[in-house]
Amino acid sequence: TSLAESPFLSVRDRPEQAVMLEMQDPKTGVKSQPQKLVITTIPHAITGEDVVTWLANRYTIEAEEAWALGTMLVAFGYIYPLQDHKRLVIKPDTSLYRFQTPYFWPAQQWPVEDTDYAIYLAKRNIRKKGVLEMHEQEQYNSLHKWMNHKWDFIVMQAKEQYRAGKERKKPDRTVFDCQERAYWIVHRPPPGTVSAMDYGLERMVDPNAEEVTGQSRVCVCVCVCVLVKFSITCNKHDPFLAPCLPSNPWVTDDVTYWLLNMANVDIPTKMRVERWTFSFGELLSDPRGRDDFRLFLKKEFSGENLAFWEACEDLKWGTAATMNEKAQQVYKTFLARGAPRWINIDGKTMEVTVKGLKHPHRYVLDAAQTHIFMLMKKDSYGRYLKSPVFKDTQKKAIGPDQHRFRSVKRRPSISPIIVRQQEKEERARMATSGPVDITQVMSKLSNKGKEVPPPKK
Amino acid sequence: SPFTIIREYMRFSINPEMATQEVQPNETLTNLKAESDTLKTKLEDERAKLHDVELHQVAEKVDGLGQFIMKTRRTLKGHGNKVLCMDWCKDKRRIVSSSQVSVWIIVTFSEEHAVTMPCTWVMACAYAPSGCAVACGGLDNKCSVYPLSLDKNENLAAKKKSVAMHTNYLSACSFTNSDMQILTSSGDGTCALWDVESGQLLQSFHGHAADVLCLDLAPSETGNTFVSGGCDKKANVWDMRSGQCIQSFETHESDINSVRYYPSGDAFASGSDDATCRLYDLRADREVAIYSKESIIFGASSVDFSLSGRLLFGGYNDYTINVWDVLKGTRVSILFGHENRVSTLRLSPDGTAFCSGSWDHTLRVRDRGYIPKGPHSQGEG
Repeated sequence: TSLAESPFLSVRDRPEQAVMLEMQDPKTGVKSQPQKLVITTIPHAITGEDVVTWLANRYTIEAEEAWALGTMLVAFGYIYPLQDHKRLVIKPDTSLYRFQTPYFWPAQQWPVEDTDYAIYLAKRNIRKKGVLEMHEQEQYNSLHKWMNHKWDFIVMQAKEQYRAGKERKKPDRTVFDCQERAYWIVHRPPPGTVSAMDYGLERMVDPNAEEVTGQSRVCVCVCVCVLVKFSITCNKHDPFLAPCLPSNPWVTDDVTYWLLNMANVDIPTKMRVERWTFSFGELLSDPRGRDDFRLFLKKEFSGENLAFWEACEDLKWGTAATMNEKAQQVYKTFLARGAPRWINIDGKTMEVTVKGLKHPHRYVLDAAQTHIFMLMKKDSYGRYLKSPVFKDTQKKAIGPDQHRFRSVKRRPSISPIIVRQQEKEERARMATSGPVDITQVMSKLSNKGKEVPPPKK
Repeated sequence: SPFTIIREYMRFSINPEMATQEVQPNETLTNLKAESDTLKTKLEDERAKLHDVELHQVAEKVDGLGQFIMKTRRTLKGHGNKVLCMDWCKDKRRIVSSSQVSVWIIVTFSEEHAVTMPCTWVMACAYAPSGCAVACGGLDNKCSVYPLSLDKNENLAAKKKSVAMHTNYLSACSFTNSDMQILTSSGDGTCALWDVESGQLLQSFHGHAADVLCLDLAPSETGNTFVSGGCDKKANVWDMRSGQCIQSFETHESDINSVRYYPSGDAFASGSDDATCRLYDLRADREVAIYSKESIIFGASSVDFSLSGRLLFGGYNDYTINVWDVLKGTRVSILFGHENRVSTLRLSPDGTAFCSGSWDHTLRVRDRGYIPKGPHSQGEG
């Protein structure tokens, strides 16, 4: 059977085997001694607390982690408990365990055969009728049904193994029975037993790798410095590293933090405004930041750039069916000669874009979008950060104090479905009533105490 | 071209003789190619020596993080079966989670159980950006979208829309920037981009040599790419527009179960069955950090970053969650509590908490507890 071929896979494939070999070293491994169990004496028994201590010392880890690692070794079946044998955990006390024989170590490539299990159950049945537990009896019946065609073979094997077992000396037989029982508890866990041999789907690996050559590389130093710099800059904004102000809703059940940071509040928080200064991308991806930027661009009479960028996003992420129509709309509004919101892009990009629009696809505006994005990033963004619009927003921004009082009860939150409905209604009202400052409208909704998500752009 | 290599070589002034050597008119192309190959290798070696630096070396001067004590705020037990996947809604309070037998939407903050749908072996699920739909799939080889309803008694399965069709199990799915497109990965070795409304295949991505197990979209500001990880030990970066694999990384020694972008989009982390997590920088085009410990010998199933990218959370097959200092490469915390494999782990959209799902049938939401204000914040819980 597959069991005979399995044990000594390389340490690389089964790193825990290295641990097991070390643990059994006669000089430096876990101490073992013969222990009396019921009427028999079991050789080489170890205690749970010795295993945990050994692991803690070997890997210089705390007791709790050593306990977790020990439990894994039991859950995989490398160590098995002599008492309370259905619970595959390590108990850090005088509970007794034994190292499982390599013959029964988990095999990587070969799944455990049902035939072997059937033989095992049949053998136990022969030894003493009625000894099978309920779940084992159920399995036995089910195996008997679908393996009916080879049941004679199974019974024959079971009888052979039973006879061979009787020829062993009693202590050896006891040990072997313990080992075998432990093996099956791991591979066919009784209800309620957590076994680490439980695995997900079979994964197929088909070797035929394709080489992909890297592009031009940037110096590693520079890249790594960029990663460090980003993390440090955002440090204060990370709820796992610095306090949320006024408090983390999960800690205090108080949702003020969420309410203050809703998509379209009238007045943003200081922390939020600070994030807009980190990068142009941060500003654009925050709906409130984008609105502020839009207000600034309006004052500079260059609002069409942002509107065009948004239209491009809409095209890229929209439904396939609307592609043509959207592309035509964009052309009429932004690109055609005399268009109402004509954008200023260089001749070459304009030529490429207009040509592409003859056969529009969702990425047809890419070149133009990148051009406008870079224009805003390199020019407008810098001016925005120095503008009265931004400075005004910055001045008015809220800086709540930290508190740690628990809220009396957790407020239920509004379903995003309702929120979307409200937003649709608001848009409809806006469309009929003429041009309105969108920030005002949305903040009115949020001031009503309802939570409003960003309008779909 | 050999001439480009020679010019590059001159910049490093390694061997002035070779740098100024003229190319003789009667030298054959083969000779030139051989010479350029040698120069190329020498150049790479020298470059590596000059700029070989690990992330933790650069981060030496950065302040350490101190003690972390995480607190469990919610333990959600309703699944009654192995939890396989979960995703947060953008409202930061709801999650969708899937198990061997059902898909379940939970308002975790107020602990309301919104809706359950019976399904089998749903290995992947995702929340739509609008919060008004969810996508899921698994052994049915499909990814389907379910529009959500306010009516708790409505049969969601009736409105289900089949979007993606693969020829093997669905391992992961994600909406793009809108509800209209879904990106999928599959046991058939491919990834694909789909139009939700029509079910049309917009782009397919071929290049993995085995099951693709995970994917993550780049943060929107950084363009139209995504990363995938597979059983071929490779992490591939793809251009969504062309379907091309633009970068590939192969340093893991076993299946890659999870990939996640660093918040700036300049790098991504991976978790693998080889018991390590790694960080790859995209512009440097290489691995820049490895997160491992001798005592961690079981695979990482799921990884995610905290908001600043400073912390990497990893759910492992040994039932634990390890939290890593991304910059220094050290472990800052190990979390116990789950009683079986941790199969899925995600930070909430604003980084205030994280949720882990496990084969022990539960989902747990944890945060860091009360953090006092001040420059060296220590966890208090």
